[in-house]
Amino acid sequence: MPVIESSQGPIWRLRNRNETLKRWFGWLFGVAIFLWCWQQISDATTWFFVWDAPNIAGDILGRATPPRWSYMDNLWWPIWDTLNIATLGTIGALILAVPIAFLAARNTTPSTLFIRPIALLIIVATRSINSLIWALLLIAIIGPGVFAGIIAIAIRSIGFCAKLLYEAIEEIDQSQVEAVTATGASRWQVMVYGIVPQIMPAFAGIAVFRWDINIRESTVLGLVGAGGIGLQLQASLNTLAWPQVSLILLVILAAVVISEWVSAKVRGAII
Amino acid sequence: MSAYATGETHPTLNDMLGTRWRRPPLVQRAWLRWVLVIGGIAYLIAAFLSVEVNWARVYEGLDRGGAFIMAFTQPDFVSRADAIWDGMLESIVMTVASSVVGILVSIPIALGAARNIAPLPIYLICRGIIAVSRALQEIIVAILLVAIFGFGPFAGFVTLSFATIGFLSKLLAEDIESMDRSQAEAVRATGARWSQWIDYGVKPQVIPRLIGLSIYRVDINFRESAILGLVGAGGIGATLNTAFDRYEYDTAAAILLIIIGIVMALEYISGIVRARVQ
Repeated sequence: MPVIESSQGPIWRLRNRNETLKRWFGWLFGVAIFLWCWQQISDATTWFFVWDAPNIAGDILGRATPPRWSYMDNLWWPIWDTLNIATLGTIGALILAVPIAFLAARNTTPSTLFIRPIALLIIVATRSINSLIWALLLIAIIGPGVFAGIIAIAIRSIGFCAKLLYEAIEEIDQSQVEAVTATGASRWQVMVYGIVPQIMPAFAGIAVFRWDINIRESTVLGLVGAGGIGLQLQASLNTLAWPQVSLILLVILAAVVISEWVSAKVRGAII
Repeated sequence: MSAYATGETHPTLNDMLGTRWRRPPLVQRAWLRWVLVIGGIAYLIAAFLSVEVNWARVYEGLDRGGAFIMAFTQPDFVSRADAIWDGMLESIVMTVASSVVGILVSIPIALGAARNIAPLPIYLICRGIIAVSRALQEIIVAILLVAIFGFGPFAGFVTLSFATIGFLSKLLAEDIESMDRSQAEAVRATGARWSQWIDYGVKPQVIPRLIGLSIYRVDINFRESAILGLVGAGGIGATLNTAFDRYEYDTAAAILLIIIGIVMALEYISGIVRARVQ
């Protein structure tokens, strides 16, 4: 701890002068960057609209209440579609994620030099692009509809599931694997009896966790045309039917809360 | 009554001698297992029957899919360079500004949402804010804010700040709740004021986690800023959407590659920083 000698004796300091200066300039630099970014946003904003926002928000709220409950009849089928997109997408993602996870885990990959980087690249690439962008892309390729939504959710979830799963595989207890190997088991038998039972709880937890996230994501996929309740939301927004919008938002909120509750219950039972 | 000869509640070695070993099932209760299996199969059949797939359309699309994958081998960064540059810059600006504001706002809310620091009324208010922020997805908040504030990055900035609050406050509050009480008590015993107690008793315990979470959130905010443009809230999403609509796959591929590159770089940096602070 640095000390400054003065006439009244030594004064204790947390940092010496160079470190203090370095930190000070670091903060100055950070604040300057933030202010510059704020300037950019401010320039691109029509401030009159922002000051007027409370009125507009009050106006929209007034139009949106009460929700048009009778519209609920048109929503059951989209809700079923949304559930299908999330569930089938999760199943598809898991089927693809399991082999990728085994190829990416250090202790099970056949080749650290060639195959592991490819598996890791797939994980990063699928994870870093949002499901809405995957949906846009798939709609351009295979046309709008529920099917595009399922594939978009599946691709997007591969990276997430495979990443968590390969971390679980890398953390397994090696002695169990050794014990199974010592009985003369083949490579596949070691996997089935030595590795799979150890990662099964993690796998089930990841599946339910991702399903919960996918319910959230599939509710908005319809905004770009990939099926589900988002289609109704987009249609209602386009026609400025605010009572319908508020009903759909309530349904989405309920779906999110229910799926979170289910996922918490199931994970609680597993772990 | 036990089913086992020795009167135990679980099979002993003597019971199992001579019987064939079976793998233990994942779900212990038999009826629950069968309900899950049969329910799952019934659901899958219903789901597959109700999903309409236009296979002819899918088949036609395969060519375009192939063209898109080929576009990744020769992405076009040049011909729409201006639009890409403007969009990326706006995304980055939104990410930085919303992360800073979001983190600054979420720290007091996290303090309020930690039961061992805040009194009950404040705790309930702060938990309520967190619950609302977490339940609403970014894109829906963005739609509403675009309707209120008009098009442009300001709506996106507010959306991301709001989403940051829910994420960061919740995780930080959990960290504060699980902190070591004795350190904080020792500081309080010296006669420290409330602000000194927070500064010297609580802050040093949670600052590594706060830094790690903040950097992780910057990463998430960048990814989210890439889609906010789809609903008019600024960023690279609008450019990307236009590229898809015009079937300019080489430009779209270039944008996606830039996004992947930046996300990878951010993940790498956050890994280094988290390793250093923890």
